Amino acid sequence: MTTWDWQVFCKDTIDGDIVPGCFGKGGDITYLDWLLSAWGWTLSVSVLALVVALLLGSLMGILRTAPHRGLVLLGNAWTELFRNIPLLVQIFLWYHVVPALIPPLRGVPSFILVVMGLGLFTSARISEQVRAGIQALAGGQRMAGLAMGFTLPQTYRHVLLPMAYRIIIPPLTSESMNIIKNSSVAFAVSISELTLFALQAQEETSRGVEVYLAVTGLYFISAFAINRAALFIENRVRVPGMIGGGGH
Amino acid sequence: MRRVTATVVVSLTLTTLALPVLAQDLTGTLKKIKDSGAATMGVRESSGGLSFTLGDGKFAGFHVELCQRALADVQKQLGMAKLDIKYQPVTSQNRIPLMQNGTIDIECGSTTNNATRQKDVSFAATTYVEEVRIAVKANSGITSIGQLNGKNVATTTGTTSVQHLRKHERATGVNFNEVFGKDHADSFLLLESGRADAFVMDGQILAGSIAKSKNPADYKIVGEVLSVEPIAIMVRKDDPAFKKAVDNSLAAMMKSGEMAKIYDKWFMQPIPPTNTRIGLPASDATRAAWASPNDKPMEDYARK
Repeated sequence: MTTWDWQVFCKDTIDGDIVPGCFGKGGDITYLDWLLSAWGWTLSVSVLALVVALLLGSLMGILRTAPHRGLVLLGNAWTELFRNIPLLVQIFLWYHVVPALIPPLRGVPSFILVVMGLGLFTSARISEQVRAGIQALAGGQRMAGLAMGFTLPQTYRHVLLPMAYRIIIPPLTSESMNIIKNSSVAFAVSISELTLFALQAQEETSRGVEVYLAVTGLYFISAFAINRAALFIENRVRVPGMIGGGGH
Repeated sequence: MRRVTATVVVSLTLTTLALPVLAQDLTGTLKKIKDSGAATMGVRESSGGLSFTLGDGKFAGFHVELCQRALADVQKQLGMAKLDIKYQPVTSQNRIPLMQNGTIDIECGSTTNNATRQKDVSFAATTYVEEVRIAVKANSGITSIGQLNGKNVATTTGTTSVQHLRKHERATGVNFNEVFGKDHADSFLLLESGRADAFVMDGQILAGSIAKSKNPADYKIVGEVLSVEPIAIMVRKDDPAFKKAVDNSLAAMMKSGEMAKIYDKWFMQPIPPTNTRIGLPASDATRAAWASPNDKPMEDYARK
């Protein structure tokens, strides 16, 4: 019924002529070139946002389990703030509202804004997981660490966190896969990533089905690669006999 | 009760009168409309003055009114006492599939008639010719596309306007950065907030956005016409009888000057829901299309 036309990816983006070899030459680009560059943008946004999210999320998660009221409050406030505002709204706040209030931010590229926006949103979710991981450990662990003469930071570094992180690898994997999919909001601030490519290319070529299938495939491959990488890490760091380590 | 009887009698009479039409063996959309007593009109939520929603499932605009009149003529032609018009909002992504699968019978939005689409659907006579232009801030000093070198140019994701600018870019060596807004309001905000120096889009959308802005005097539409696109009412492919009925109705309106009056109503007078006026007089190209009704695709315009 439907006829496929995969040649659409070999078309030049300006005059729509099919380019032999599918890759544009001399500064001209085909839809395939554009698709790959869009994939690159999606991965760049996702990976950088994931780094931001892991760093800030871990920090906030740890603060929320610290024996200090002020730090717990800070961690909780952070988490609730970024967790309770829809992601797209946050991105628009960073893009349109904040620069209107603080003019120097106007010069910041939208790529940085979206990495920070997505990173902060995800950091709230990771903070929740890190907190849950630490609290899942028996309370005696912390006391034992302190009784051994470790300082509080040392107790976290050598006793609590190594086990907490092992426990939360599965939810962290989901979160890392989510960040790939959530990176699609970047289209709203004009990052030329996969979703923007799909919206634009299907309109320009009128071959929506092919374009969306290709984009869907790339999202799947990206998220699945993260899934496999996380599984590999989970197996590598497994400590038999420890929580989550199997060993039975 | 008596009124019902009267209606039935009238309908029966009309049906009898319409027998000659029936004798011609109605096919396609005309048969569907006659059999079901209803027609489904594809409309847009927000296509400037051409087709837009008033909220509450109501739709209005230049093309919507033209379609209502064309369907009224179809009703007359078919000798139907009553024709129920259903409105189905469509998007630029789904309008062609919905036309092909029969969900909508006539699409009254802002569809460009081009050769690619003509493989899938047909178009009635062109009723509006769109010119792609650029809008800039009035104090920016930009008056032509050549001055866009190194500037940020906004356009809306999922529209074809930027393609024309890209072609122009390649031909003249003007180098600009593309910035995509997620919808027309967002693209205009990019211009307003200074993130973009120009907004490239269909003239009527630019005029509408400027009319709705906080301070319309701050913006102006400048520069060469980047592309000329015939915008037309869309009908199903391979259904010449229905297309002819719609074309005849439109041609009559073009000839009588009714078309220009309806245009004036939607583009020059204040329109609901906010009672602002778009303020875009009919272009020479639009008037030319009215003077000699045709369904030529965009490619024929480019060759001129």
